[in-house]
Order: sequence, then C-alpha cells, then structure tokens
Amino acid sequence: MDRQHEIELARRLIAGDMQPFEEFVEHFRASIFQYSYLTCRQREDAEDIAQETLLKAFESFDQLREPERIRPWIFRIAKNACLMRRRKSIFAPERELSLDELMPERNGDGAHMQLQIADWSNLPDAPLLRKELGEVLADAVAELPDKYRSVILLRDMQELSTAETAEILEIGEDTVKTRLHRARLALRRKLDEKLRSEGTANAAEDGKN
Amino acid sequence: MAQKADANCAEIFEMLSRYLDLDLPPQACRMLEEHLAGCSPCVAFVASLRGTVELCRHFKASEMPGPLRDDARRQLLDAYTKALAAKTARARSGGSGF
Ligand SMILES: [Zn+2]
Repeated sequence: MDRQHEIELARRLIAGDMQPFEEFVEHFRASIFQYSYLTCRQREDAEDIAQETLLKAFESFDQLREPERIRPWIFRIAKNACLMRRRKSIFAPERELSLDELMPERNGDGAHMQLQIADWSNLPDAPLLRKELGEVLADAVAELPDKYRSVILLRDMQELSTAETAEILEIGEDTVKTRLHRARLALRRKLDEKLRSEGTANAAEDGKN
Repeated sequence: MAQKADANCAEIFEMLSRYLDLDLPPQACRMLEEHLAGCSPCVAFVASLRGTVELCRHFKASEMPGPLRDDARRQLLDAYTKALAAKTARARSGGSGF
C-alpha cells in the first residue's frame, strides 16, 4: 500500500468514517508485525506488539490531527512497545560498526583495490534466490546491534524519511544517515557472502558436467 | 595511477548511501560519478549496495501474523469509537476540553 492511500484511510477515520477501519487495521497490523518480528524474532511477541500498538494508537486517535503523520506516529508507538518488552539482548551486543570493518575484502598488495563481490546483476530474474536472500536478510537484520537495526527497519524497510526516523528515534538526522549507511553495508556483506557461496556452488556443478 | 584509484575508492566508500538516496551535494556527486566512470570495482560495489536497499524495500517476512481474533478486533474498535466520542464531546463544548 502506498503512503498516499494510507494517509487517505487515516483521514477518513479521523473524520469519523468507520468504513476503512478493517483495511487500516489489517494494513498496519502486518507492517508492525514485520517490524517487531525482525526486532524480537518471536511470533507471539510480535503479534502482541502489533495489537498493543494499534490499541494505543486508537486510544489516542483524537489527538492525531494530521493524517500525513500517521505512519511515523504509529511507528513511534511501535518502537516504544518493542523497547518495553525487549528481552535483554538475545542477539546482538550493543557495539559500533566501523567503516573499516565493512570495507569489502581486497586482493592484491593494496596498490589497487580488487574487490571480492558477487554478481548482483541477475537478481531480478531469480525469485527463488530472492526468497533465500530474504531469509539471509532477516537473520542479518536481527543480528545487527540495536541502534543500527532500528534505523534500517524504519528507513529502508518501512520507508520512513530521514527526518521521520530521526524524530522517532530521538537522534539527529546526520546520525540516522551514518547508522543507515553502516547498517546497509553490514547487510550487503551478508547478502554478498550468500550470493558468492551460491555462485561457487553453481560453478562447482558446472565443472562436474 | 593505481594508487590514485585506491585513495578515491576509500574516499567515496562512505558517501555511497547518500549517493543512492540522492542526498549528496552536487559537487560531491560529480566527483563520485567521475570516479565511478573509471572504476569498475566501485561500480559493482554500488550495484550490490543498491541491490541491498532494494531487497530491504521489498522484503516480505515469511512469517505473517495470524488472523486477528474477534476480541482483539472489538478491543480496537472500542478504543477508536471512544476516542471519536471524546473528540466530538470536546468540539461541542467549544474545544476547551472539560
Ligand atoms: Zn573505486
């Protein structure tokens, strides 16, 4: 669902038109579930967080004046709900990701960068591979330190703007950009490893025939 | 020549997300594109980063929430109608609240 349609649903609900209620609930329930599932990796928790978030949102629905703000408004509530019931770091310890460690591996003597990168060009035509990459991606997101994960979830997965993300997380826009870049680089590395292992597998098979 | 390419690779490395998000100042953008024109490893790297962002945007969890239970739906609908009623009551009393 695009942002415009979502805003239209919110506008109607604010005006007291109950007809889009179901669509609104189903839509945001799925988005919040995805967001919280990638944070906690527990189905039941993710479902509870989705319900809790929608309930809080509806309880204070009379305070929402600008329907344009519906997505950041909802995700601010979702973020807090996730924080509240977070089990103490099951996955990633809090740490910094440095640019150096995210640089691609190089071959050679350092005089010229020879990057080890998979071929990403035929991704669009490979649905099965995309599905597998989706699983790699979900695991990689879960493994990110919290402060990077929260940024990539809001910016790239929920497609909120830099300003909206900064507001929700109560950090500066430059910090959002820095963390986003590092999170993307970390995910890129995991995905690239997967693609390279696929590539090797294919090459090995070709060799046999 | 090789050394120059290496220095530039590291330099553009930290700007790549802002490049993809169309958030670079024109001058930095021009510099980056000039570098890309002569550096195929960086072109491949940018493609992989763009692919990563694209996978994130189109990510669909294999897990989806189960169907919304009736009591949960009723709870949400109650909260919504109460909020609407509160808003209407406020509007009637001239927006001052109580
Ligand atoms: Zn380069």
